[in-house]
Amino acid sequence: MSNEQKPAQEGLFSKKNRRLLIDPMNANNPVTVQVLGICSALAITVKLKPAIVMGLSVIVVTTMANLITSLMRNMIPNRIRIIVQLVVVAALVILVDQVLKAFVYDVSKQLSVFVGLIITNCIIMGRIEAFSLGNTPWKSVLDGLGNGAAYGGILIIVAFFRELLGNGTLLDYPVVEWMGLYDVGYKNNGMMLLPPMALIVVAMIIWVQRAKTPSLIEKD
Amino acid sequence: MNINSNKYTYVFAVVMVVLVATLLSIAATSLKPFQDKNVELEKKSDILRSIGIEGEDVESLFDQYIQEQLVIQNGEAIESEITAFDIDMASAVALAADKRQVPLFKAAVEGNTYYVLPVRGKGLWGPIWGYVALKGDGNTILGATFGHKTETPGLGAEIATPIFQDQFPGKKLFTTTYEGIEVRKGDASGDQQVDGISGGTITSVGVQDMISDCLKPYKPYLMSIADAALVPAVQLAPIVDSTLITAAL
Repeated sequence: MSNEQKPAQEGLFSKKNRRLLIDPMNANNPVTVQVLGICSALAITVKLKPAIVMGLSVIVVTTMANLITSLMRNMIPNRIRIIVQLVVVAALVILVDQVLKAFVYDVSKQLSVFVGLIITNCIIMGRIEAFSLGNTPWKSVLDGLGNGAAYGGILIIVAFFRELLGNGTLLDYPVVEWMGLYDVGYKNNGMMLLPPMALIVVAMIIWVQRAKTPSLIEKD
Repeated sequence: MNINSNKYTYVFAVVMVVLVATLLSIAATSLKPFQDKNVELEKKSDILRSIGIEGEDVESLFDQYIQEQLVIQNGEAIESEITAFDIDMASAVALAADKRQVPLFKAAVEGNTYYVLPVRGKGLWGPIWGYVALKGDGNTILGATFGHKTETPGLGAEIATPIFQDQFPGKKLFTTTYEGIEVRKGDASGDQQVDGISGGTITSVGVQDMISDCLKPYKPYLMSIADAALVPAVQLAPIVDSTLITAAL
């Protein structure tokens, strides 16, 4: 029996841990605040379905990558740590890619190279380097989940507007036709389908977010 | 233990790479059957799409409409070790035209016989491919679908869109002067002409070359179909005559 005093056990969802999950959604959003992962946000947000699959893939990869690197954090030689991170992320991405090809082939074809490019998504490497290498596995999982979900969330918002306004559908369901808007002269805006509009939609999300969150506004 | 020593670093790297490689190969091998199935279904739905059939249950539609799968070499249907469906067009077109063994799919839709031939060639950045469906005369195009791997979106990649493909139905592959389909700039009103894609010239020319190249092994076979298609019309004439005679009597 040791006399050593046990450190106060922190609850699984203590306030601090909940912040790890919630912060990335708003004040520390990887896309709208840190402006990471923009490239894929432009490329695969033309339709909702690929965006959802991409979001889920990134959630899986960030969470697992954070967990694995956090478990190994005391074993990884400092000099090759970036390579180790890359190997972990690349292995996970290949797994995700193989699973998508086997079970959602049509979506995997639409995502094409962008699944492979999850490897280079700065959000993932950023979270490993900045967080999971210095924190316990559970915290890292929450951090990964939070950041992945925040990225996926932005993707889904952008894809929602692009598919609805550009194509008149949502998840290929003809919403606009169903509402009968075409009969009164409404037309789809083809420009929404082009990459620049993704940037503009992201910019609008940033605008709304900053208007609602004064702490994000830079002081001149 | 010093985790920053050279020895540890090497051991760590080797162990990690071996572990990851094993994991990935297990995953790849176990998922392969599912992936192959997807590729097969896609091929079947592409073939069906060229004869204007689309639907959810590709497998049973394919069995329903595709009556015969032939292997063609030098214009004749041959016995081959490999089934027509499994022929890899990429390696087939790499051979000289008279050495190729190529598949021909015979479809029956509402009493009409259609012939589907696969085509494969080069675009600007990589391979392009497709299926050309012919009507019963072995000459008139019923429909065509094209695919590509890496053509430029908005330019060459347009060959995979209806705008380009819808020009093919009704065109003819063979006339006395030309064999194939000419993909040209501007006016494309001729029987063997389609309008190419502006800004996608090399891909458009690729489609033209692909069709005329892939046609070669089929030519004698298609010609014999064309001849056969003419025969019943000739035979019909006497029958009509005899009924007229009976009526007259």
